[in-house]
Amino acid sequence: MSDTISVTVKVWRQNGPDSPGGFETHPQQISIDASFLEMLDLLNEQLNDRGEEPIVFESDCREGICGTCGVMINGRAHGPQKATATCQLHMREFADGDEIVIEPFRAAGFPVIRDLAVDRSPLDHIIESGGYISVGSGAAPDANLTPVPKDAAEQAFDAAACIGCGACVAACPNSAAQLFTSAKVGHMALLPQGQPERWSRTEAMVDVMETYFGSCTNHGECHEACPKEISLDFIAYLNRDYVRAKVKNRALSGQR
Amino acid sequence: MAQSTRERYRVDPVRTRRRAWPFPLNIYQSAVGRKWVMALTGIGLVGFALIHMVGNLHVYEGPARMYEYAETLRTLGGGLVPKSFVLWLMRLGLTGMFALHLHAAITLKDMSRHSSDNAGLMSGAKKYAGGRDHIAATYASRTMRWTGPIIALYLLFHLADLTWGWWLGPDFIRGDPYHNVATSLSSLPVAILYVVANAALALHIFHGAWSIFQSLGVNNPRYNHLRRGLAAGIAGLILIGNLSFPILTQTGLISEDNRACPINDSDGLVCLAEEAEGH
Repeated sequence: MSDTISVTVKVWRQNGPDSPGGFETHPQQISIDASFLEMLDLLNEQLNDRGEEPIVFESDCREGICGTCGVMINGRAHGPQKATATCQLHMREFADGDEIVIEPFRAAGFPVIRDLAVDRSPLDHIIESGGYISVGSGAAPDANLTPVPKDAAEQAFDAAACIGCGACVAACPNSAAQLFTSAKVGHMALLPQGQPERWSRTEAMVDVMETYFGSCTNHGECHEACPKEISLDFIAYLNRDYVRAKVKNRALSGQR
Repeated sequence: MAQSTRERYRVDPVRTRRRAWPFPLNIYQSAVGRKWVMALTGIGLVGFALIHMVGNLHVYEGPARMYEYAETLRTLGGGLVPKSFVLWLMRLGLTGMFALHLHAAITLKDMSRHSSDNAGLMSGAKKYAGGRDHIAATYASRTMRWTGPIIALYLLFHLADLTWGWWLGPDFIRGDPYHNVATSLSSLPVAILYVVANAALALHIFHGAWSIFQSLGVNNPRYNHLRRGLAAGIAGLILIGNLSFPILTQTGLISEDNRACPINDSDGLVCLAEEAEGH
């Protein structure tokens, strides 16, 4: 037998990218064992039963690895629990009588599609600009043919843990995507396989990032919001690599 | 199918890239490069603030030693260069650093403002309709774009006060910094202004000095935990030193009651020079 709490859900409703939005309030009785998205699911069933439009929100794996879900909950990206995506947040994090304010991730680069769903494809455009490793490598190489130092492998894996949810952009007062981009640049810059195109990739990805997102002022909010706890150190490595890339790419292109 | 998917999920860039300037100016075209410039000029400006504060401690040695310090600054370079030449070089360098720091800050603020669909005009930081619960951002980091302009305005006042002498009028004696400081800071409103502005400066340096390491990518996990302490130390040192001047003038420690030399710009300065000679 689980405990039940009653909360007031204040949720952002917006019909489309260009329509004005506003908050809507719904009282909700919910088990503390329900996940946050299950709470929204149950709320949507009630709305359906009453013949109202259900709240649009995104979710896919619901186990914190796909990066699809993600909303601002009480002014925090992915809600109050540290290192947790919205889907893994449970109602036991809230108390009876709480008001829960739910808003979409906001940035000019993340236009609202509807209600809580935003278009995060600019993050994909950053990835696209990084290209792919185009060095001809023949058939699949033997495992362990390329030695990777253990520390480098572990650090690269820490960066690769990024699920691309966009919480860093949402939490950043400047709407900067520095943490996302630095994780994506960083996990390849640390490995030997990523070296041949390291400098062109770094420059291209930062340049595309800056056409969509703001400038990093080192608040550190992104790291706190990140469900995978990507370190701010990667931002430092990105900033260093970008200026080095400018110098190296110039040398590589033969301009002297 | 692939084509239509691509068309559908394409968000227009917030800004378009301009044609690249020649290397190395193209570094300044990017936000990351601009943060490098802000960090490098920041090192110079913090260094200046620290040296300026330490140099001003000569005021506690009396009018003659303060006169000697000011005269030393003007005669840097010895007889090799005209008088005040090195001083003017340093002033030009400082002005250049200020200009770059300001330009980068203002353009980066605008970039952030345009990257958010609900951002403050002044701070450029975005707001959520339901409020925002900051976790890591400090008061200092969130007020950088307020403390910055406060420092810039204060700097103009400070120059008008103790360099150009507009504020003191006939009471200002060029070449007698002890007298000018003691006279200016003995006014309570001016002393309060100095205290407020230096508190803003310390806040600005507290975030800025830490931020320098991130912006330049000076990062070593072994020493990273020292960065906050270093920033707090530098900001605290500058704050304590600079606050001591208005506060101790108000309490009467910096005063001209025991002054041996007359207060004027003719034989007063000669007397100060002789006294400085004798030490």
